Amino acid sequence: MSMVFEEIKKVISEAFSEEIVTFSEEGLQPAILVDPRSIVRVCEFLFTDSRLYFDFLACLTGIDNGPVKGTMEVVYHLVSIPYGHKLVIKTTLDRLPTDASLPTIPSVSEIWKTADWHEREAYDLLGIYFSGHPDLRRILLPEDWEGHPLRKDYQAQDKYHGISVRYEDGNKLS
Amino acid sequence: MTEHIKTGDGGIIITNSEDLMNWARLSSLWPMGFGLACCAIEMMAAYASNYDLERFGIMPRPSPRQSDVMIVAGTVTFKMADRIRRLYEQMPEPRYVISMGSCSNCGGPYWEHGYHVVKGVDRIIPVDVYVPGCPPRPEALIGGFMKLQEKIRTEHPLAPEVFMEMQAAHQEIGIQA
Repeated sequence: MSMVFEEIKKVISEAFSEEIVTFSEEGLQPAILVDPRSIVRVCEFLFTDSRLYFDFLACLTGIDNGPVKGTMEVVYHLVSIPYGHKLVIKTTLDRLPTDASLPTIPSVSEIWKTADWHEREAYDLLGIYFSGHPDLRRILLPEDWEGHPLRKDYQAQDKYHGISVRYEDGNKLS
Repeated sequence: MTEHIKTGDGGIIITNSEDLMNWARLSSLWPMGFGLACCAIEMMAAYASNYDLERFGIMPRPSPRQSDVMIVAGTVTFKMADRIRRLYEQMPEPRYVISMGSCSNCGGPYWEHGYHVVKGVDRIIPVDVYVPGCPPRPEALIGGFMKLQEKIRTEHPLAPEVFMEMQAAHQEIGIQA
Protein backbone atom coordinates (compact mmCIF):
# COMPACT_ATOMS: atom_id res chain seq x y z
CA MET A 1 0.00 0.00 0.00
CA SER A 2 1.36 3.37 -0.98
CA MET A 3 1.93 5.75 1.92
CA VAL A 4 1.46 9.51 2.08
CA PHE A 5 4.03 11.73 3.77
CA GLU A 6 2.11 11.80 7.07
CA GLU A 7 2.34 8.02 7.40
CA ILE A 8 5.99 7.91 6.38
CA LYS A 9 6.72 10.64 8.91
CA LYS A 10 5.09 8.58 11.65
CA VAL A 11 7.18 5.50 10.90
CA ILE A 12 10.41 7.51 10.80
CA SER A 13 9.76 9.55 13.93
CA GLU A 14 9.14 6.32 15.85
CA ALA A 15 12.57 5.04 14.83
CA PHE A 16 14.74 8.17 15.13
CA SER A 17 15.05 11.01 17.62
CA GLU A 18 14.68 14.67 16.72
CA GLU A 19 18.44 15.24 16.77
CA ILE A 20 18.79 12.95 13.78
CA VAL A 21 15.65 13.54 11.73
CA THR A 22 13.36 16.56 11.49
CA PHE A 23 10.57 17.20 9.02
CA SER A 24 9.96 20.02 6.57
CA GLU A 25 6.47 20.16 5.11
CA GLU A 26 6.45 23.52 3.40
CA GLY A 27 7.30 23.58 -0.28
CA LEU A 28 6.07 21.40 -3.11
CA GLN A 29 7.87 18.29 -1.90
CA PRO A 30 7.75 17.59 1.82
CA ALA A 31 11.15 16.36 2.97
CA ILE A 32 12.95 14.88 5.94
CA LEU A 33 16.03 16.75 7.14
CA VAL A 34 18.74 14.36 8.27
CA ASP A 35 21.94 14.96 10.21
CA PRO A 36 24.69 14.07 7.67
CA ARG A 37 26.58 11.92 10.20
CA SER A 38 23.55 9.62 10.46
CA ILE A 39 22.66 9.50 6.77
CA VAL A 40 23.74 5.87 6.29
CA ARG A 41 21.81 4.68 9.35
CA VAL A 42 18.64 6.48 8.24
CA CYS A 43 18.92 5.30 4.64
CA GLU A 44 19.50 1.72 5.76
CA PHE A 45 16.31 1.94 7.78
CA LEU A 46 14.35 3.43 4.87
CA PHE A 47 15.60 0.66 2.61
CA THR A 48 15.08 -2.29 4.94
CA ASP A 49 11.91 -1.38 6.84
CA SER A 50 9.15 -3.55 5.38
CA ARG A 51 6.54 -0.76 5.54
CA LEU A 52 8.72 1.73 3.66
CA TYR A 53 11.05 -0.33 1.45
CA PHE A 54 12.62 2.53 -0.53
CA ASP A 55 14.48 0.33 -2.98
CA PHE A 56 15.24 2.97 -5.61
CA LEU A 57 17.40 6.08 -5.32
CA ALA A 58 15.94 8.14 -8.15
CA CYS A 59 18.34 11.03 -7.82
CA LEU A 60 21.14 12.42 -5.69
CA THR A 61 21.76 16.14 -6.01
CA GLY A 62 24.47 18.42 -4.65
CA ILE A 63 23.74 22.10 -4.05
CA ASP A 64 26.14 24.91 -3.22
CA ASN A 65 24.54 27.74 -1.23
CA GLY A 66 27.56 29.96 -1.75
CA PRO A 67 30.32 31.31 0.47
CA VAL A 68 28.01 33.82 2.24
CA LYS A 69 25.68 31.14 3.59
CA GLY A 70 28.63 28.80 3.96
CA THR A 71 26.67 25.60 3.44
CA MET A 72 26.24 22.87 0.89
CA GLU A 73 23.36 20.45 0.58
CA VAL A 74 22.91 16.91 -0.58
CA VAL A 75 19.37 15.93 -1.58
CA TYR A 76 18.21 12.34 -2.06
CA HIS A 77 15.03 11.44 -3.94
CA LEU A 78 13.79 7.98 -3.01
CA VAL A 79 11.08 5.83 -4.56
CA SER A 80 9.66 2.54 -3.42
CA ILE A 81 8.96 0.65 -6.61
CA PRO A 82 6.59 -2.02 -5.15
CA TYR A 83 4.67 0.46 -2.93
CA GLY A 84 4.88 3.46 -5.22
CA HIS A 85 5.57 6.04 -2.52
CA LYS A 86 8.25 8.72 -2.64
CA LEU A 87 10.44 10.59 -0.18
CA VAL A 88 12.91 13.46 -0.26
CA ILE A 89 15.87 13.56 2.14
CA LYS A 90 17.82 16.77 2.62
CA THR A 91 21.13 17.17 4.40
CA THR A 92 23.17 20.30 5.03
CA LEU A 93 26.97 20.35 5.24
CA ASP A 94 29.56 22.94 6.21
CA ARG A 95 30.97 24.45 3.04
CA LEU A 96 34.45 24.91 4.48
CA PRO A 97 35.16 22.46 7.30
CA THR A 98 37.62 23.74 9.92
CA ASP A 99 40.40 21.43 8.71
CA ALA A 100 40.12 22.98 5.18
CA SER A 101 39.15 19.65 3.63
CA LEU A 102 36.16 19.14 1.34
CA PRO A 103 32.67 19.08 2.84
CA THR A 104 32.16 15.44 3.77
CA ILE A 105 29.19 13.09 4.04
CA PRO A 106 29.15 9.28 4.24
CA SER A 107 28.44 7.46 0.97
CA VAL A 108 25.17 5.56 0.53
CA SER A 109 26.52 3.55 -2.43
CA GLU A 110 26.59 0.44 -0.23
CA ILE A 111 22.80 0.65 0.00
CA TRP A 112 21.92 1.80 -3.51
CA LYS A 113 24.40 1.06 -6.30
CA THR A 114 22.92 4.05 -8.19
CA ALA A 115 24.55 6.36 -5.67
CA ASP A 116 28.02 5.41 -6.96
CA TRP A 117 27.97 7.56 -10.11
CA HIS A 118 25.67 10.21 -8.64
CA GLU A 119 28.13 10.77 -5.82
CA ARG A 120 31.01 10.89 -8.24
CA GLU A 121 29.17 13.62 -10.16
CA ALA A 122 28.56 15.65 -7.01
CA TYR A 123 32.22 15.22 -6.12
CA ASP A 124 33.35 16.23 -9.60
CA LEU A 125 31.22 19.34 -10.02
CA LEU A 126 30.79 20.56 -6.43
CA GLY A 127 33.64 19.04 -4.49
CA ILE A 128 31.60 17.14 -1.92
CA TYR A 129 33.57 14.24 -0.46
CA PHE A 130 31.64 11.01 0.07
CA SER A 131 33.51 8.99 2.68
CA GLY A 132 33.45 5.24 2.17
CA HIS A 133 32.78 5.55 -1.56
CA PRO A 134 34.46 2.63 -3.40
CA ASP A 135 35.85 4.69 -6.30
CA LEU A 136 35.52 8.45 -5.83
CA ARG A 137 37.02 9.83 -9.06
CA ARG A 138 35.88 12.63 -11.36
CA ILE A 139 33.18 11.30 -13.68
CA LEU A 140 32.64 14.05 -16.29
CA LEU A 141 35.65 16.35 -16.32
CA PRO A 142 39.16 15.19 -17.17
CA GLU A 143 41.15 13.72 -14.30
CA ASP A 144 43.61 16.62 -14.13
CA TRP A 145 40.98 19.41 -14.10
CA GLU A 146 41.39 22.06 -11.42
CA GLY A 147 38.52 22.97 -9.12
CA HIS A 148 34.83 22.16 -9.00
CA PRO A 149 32.86 24.18 -11.61
CA LEU A 150 29.40 24.30 -10.03
CA ARG A 151 30.68 26.01 -6.89
CA LYS A 152 29.41 29.58 -6.67
CA ASP A 153 32.93 31.01 -6.31
CA TYR A 154 34.48 28.90 -9.10
CA GLN A 155 37.07 30.54 -11.32
CA ALA A 156 37.95 28.67 -14.48
CA GLN A 157 41.63 27.93 -14.91
CA ASP A 158 43.54 29.98 -17.53
CA LYS A 159 44.80 27.10 -19.62
CA TYR A 160 44.18 23.41 -20.02
CA HIS A 161 46.97 21.46 -21.78
CA GLY A 162 48.16 24.68 -23.43
CA ILE A 163 44.71 25.73 -24.73
CA SER A 164 43.22 28.98 -23.41
CA VAL A 165 40.01 28.28 -21.53
CA ARG A 166 38.40 31.72 -21.86
CA TYR A 167 37.10 32.94 -25.21
CA GLU A 168 38.68 36.38 -24.98
CA ASP A 169 42.15 34.95 -24.33
CA GLY A 170 42.18 33.39 -27.80
CA ASN A 171 45.18 31.47 -29.06
CA LYS A 172 44.32 30.47 -32.57
CA LEU A 173 46.88 28.43 -34.45
CA SER A 174 48.68 30.66 -36.91
CA MET B 1 46.77 -4.60 -85.18
CA THR B 2 43.77 -2.55 -86.17
CA GLU B 3 44.10 0.87 -87.67
CA HIS B 4 42.86 3.85 -85.65
CA ILE B 5 41.47 6.83 -87.47
CA LYS B 6 42.43 10.02 -85.64
CA THR B 7 39.02 11.56 -85.03
CA GLY B 8 39.76 13.04 -81.62
CA ASP B 9 37.41 10.73 -79.73
CA GLY B 10 39.83 7.91 -79.19
CA GLY B 11 39.45 7.77 -75.41
CA ILE B 12 42.45 9.93 -74.76
CA ILE B 13 42.29 12.89 -72.41
CA ILE B 14 45.04 15.43 -72.26
CA THR B 15 45.53 17.13 -68.95
CA ASN B 16 48.39 17.98 -66.67
CA SER B 17 49.33 15.82 -63.75
CA GLU B 18 48.50 18.45 -61.14
CA ASP B 19 44.93 18.79 -62.37
CA LEU B 20 44.63 15.02 -62.47
CA MET B 21 45.90 14.63 -58.91
CA ASN B 22 43.66 17.41 -57.62
CA TRP B 23 40.68 15.94 -59.42
CA ALA B 24 41.35 12.50 -57.96
CA ARG B 25 41.72 13.92 -54.46
CA LEU B 26 38.66 16.13 -54.51
CA SER B 27 36.52 13.38 -55.99
CA SER B 28 37.19 10.88 -53.23
CA LEU B 29 37.27 12.81 -49.97
CA TRP B 30 36.96 10.20 -47.25
CA PRO B 31 35.96 11.74 -43.93
CA MET B 32 36.72 10.19 -40.59
CA GLY B 33 33.58 8.58 -39.19
CA PHE B 34 33.01 10.34 -35.91
CA GLY B 35 30.68 12.94 -34.45
CA LEU B 36 30.69 14.89 -31.22
CA ALA B 37 27.19 16.28 -30.69
CA CYS B 38 23.94 17.24 -32.42
CA CYS B 39 25.79 18.38 -35.58
CA ALA B 40 26.67 14.73 -36.07
CA ILE B 41 22.97 13.98 -36.56
CA GLU B 42 22.88 16.41 -39.49
CA MET B 43 26.14 14.92 -40.76
CA MET B 44 24.62 11.43 -40.66
CA ALA B 45 21.59 12.76 -42.53
CA ALA B 46 23.95 14.12 -45.16
CA TYR B 47 25.54 10.67 -45.55
CA ALA B 48 22.17 8.92 -45.77
CA SER B 49 20.04 8.36 -48.84
CA ASN B 50 18.15 11.69 -48.96
CA TYR B 51 21.28 13.79 -49.38
CA ASP B 52 23.62 10.97 -50.39
CA LEU B 53 27.11 12.38 -49.95
CA GLU B 54 28.50 9.32 -51.68
CA ARG B 55 27.56 10.80 -55.05
CA PHE B 56 30.52 13.15 -54.40
CA GLY B 57 32.75 10.21 -53.51
CA ILE B 58 32.43 11.06 -49.83
CA MET B 59 32.08 8.10 -47.53
CA PRO B 60 33.02 7.84 -43.86
CA ARG B 61 36.00 5.70 -42.90
CA PRO B 62 36.36 3.94 -39.57
CA SER B 63 40.05 4.78 -39.15
CA PRO B 64 42.05 8.02 -39.20
CA ARG B 65 44.71 6.18 -41.23
CA GLN B 66 42.25 5.86 -44.14
CA SER B 67 40.79 9.35 -43.88
CA ASP B 68 41.44 12.49 -45.90
CA VAL B 69 39.18 14.90 -44.07
CA MET B 70 38.05 15.30 -40.49
CA ILE B 71 34.59 16.76 -39.93
CA VAL B 72 34.54 18.20 -36.43
CA ALA B 73 30.79 17.89 -35.99
CA GLY B 74 29.88 19.20 -32.57
CA THR B 75 31.04 20.65 -29.27
CA VAL B 76 34.74 20.15 -28.58
CA THR B 77 35.26 19.75 -24.85
CA PHE B 78 38.67 20.02 -23.23
CA LYS B 79 38.45 16.33 -22.41
CA MET B 80 37.94 15.57 -26.10
CA ALA B 81 40.53 18.09 -27.33
CA ASP B 82 43.50 15.80 -26.65
CA ARG B 83 41.78 12.97 -28.51
CA ILE B 84 40.94 15.17 -31.50
CA ARG B 85 44.49 16.40 -31.72
CA ARG B 86 45.79 12.84 -31.64
CA LEU B 87 43.29 11.64 -34.28
CA TYR B 88 44.28 14.55 -36.52
CA GLU B 89 47.94 13.65 -36.13
CA GLN B 90 47.16 10.04 -37.05
CA MET B 91 45.68 11.06 -40.42
CA PRO B 92 48.03 10.77 -43.41
CA GLU B 93 48.78 13.93 -45.40
CA PRO B 94 47.29 15.65 -47.34
CA ARG B 95 44.61 16.07 -44.69
CA TYR B 96 41.83 18.58 -44.35
CA VAL B 97 39.52 19.73 -41.56
CA ILE B 98 35.93 20.90 -41.84
CA SER B 99 34.69 22.64 -38.72
CA MET B 100 30.95 22.02 -38.64
CA GLY B 101 28.64 24.20 -36.58
CA SER B 102 28.96 27.11 -34.16
CA CYS B 103 30.45 25.11 -31.27
CA SER B 104 33.33 23.87 -33.30
CA ASN B 105 33.77 27.23 -35.08
CA CYS B 106 34.02 29.43 -31.99
CA GLY B 107 32.53 27.74 -28.92
CA GLY B 108 28.96 28.55 -29.98
CA PRO B 109 26.50 28.99 -27.10
CA TYR B 110 29.25 28.01 -24.65
CA TRP B 111 31.56 30.88 -25.60
CA GLU B 112 31.07 32.78 -22.34
CA HIS B 113 30.10 30.39 -19.56
CA GLY B 114 31.25 27.05 -20.95
CA TYR B 115 34.27 26.39 -18.79
CA HIS B 116 34.56 22.94 -20.37
CA VAL B 117 34.37 23.90 -24.08
CA VAL B 118 37.27 24.71 -26.37
CA LYS B 119 36.34 28.06 -27.95
CA GLY B 120 36.88 26.90 -31.51
CA VAL B 121 38.56 23.75 -32.78
CA ASP B 122 41.04 26.02 -34.64
CA ARG B 123 42.76 26.45 -31.28
CA ILE B 124 43.98 22.85 -31.50
CA ILE B 125 44.11 21.91 -35.19
CA PRO B 126 44.21 23.95 -38.45
CA VAL B 127 40.80 24.32 -40.11
CA ASP B 128 40.22 24.53 -43.88
CA VAL B 129 36.49 25.19 -44.08
CA TYR B 130 34.08 26.58 -41.49
CA VAL B 131 30.42 25.63 -41.88
CA PRO B 132 28.15 28.01 -39.94
CA GLY B 133 24.88 26.90 -38.35
CA CYS B 134 23.52 25.47 -35.13
CA PRO B 135 23.39 22.83 -36.38
CA PRO B 136 24.02 23.37 -40.11
CA ARG B 137 21.57 21.59 -42.38
CA PRO B 138 22.92 18.81 -44.61
CA GLU B 139 22.87 21.27 -47.55
CA ALA B 140 25.26 23.51 -45.62
CA LEU B 141 27.64 20.61 -44.98
CA ILE B 142 27.51 19.72 -48.67
CA GLY B 143 28.29 23.39 -49.36
CA GLY B 144 31.27 23.08 -47.04
CA PHE B 145 32.52 20.06 -48.96
CA MET B 146 32.17 21.96 -52.25
CA LYS B 147 34.22 24.83 -50.79
CA LEU B 148 36.86 22.30 -49.79
CA GLN B 149 36.79 20.85 -53.31
CA GLU B 150 37.35 24.35 -54.69
CA LYS B 151 40.30 24.73 -52.37
CA ILE B 152 41.84 21.42 -53.45
CA ARG B 153 41.28 22.26 -57.13
CA THR B 154 43.68 25.22 -56.85
CA GLU B 155 46.42 23.35 -55.01
CA HIS B 156 49.85 22.66 -56.46
CA PRO B 157 50.79 19.23 -55.11
CA LEU B 158 53.75 18.91 -57.51
CA ALA B 159 55.25 22.35 -57.01
CA PRO B 160 58.94 22.06 -56.11
CA GLU B 161 58.38 23.70 -52.74
CA VAL B 162 61.90 23.29 -51.41
CA PHE B 163 63.36 24.82 -54.55
CA MET B 164 60.89 27.72 -54.46
CA GLU B 165 61.69 28.39 -50.81
CA MET B 166 65.42 28.41 -51.60
CA GLN B 167 64.83 30.82 -54.45
CA ALA B 168 62.79 33.12 -52.26
CA ALA B 169 65.46 33.04 -49.56
CA HIS B 170 68.16 33.87 -52.14
CA GLN B 171 66.19 36.81 -53.44
CA GLU B 172 65.82 38.10 -49.92
CA ILE B 173 69.57 38.29 -49.39
CA GLY B 174 70.15 39.50 -52.96
CA ILE B 175 71.73 36.45 -54.65
CA GLN B 176 70.69 35.72 -58.22
CA ALA B 177 69.74 32.08 -58.50
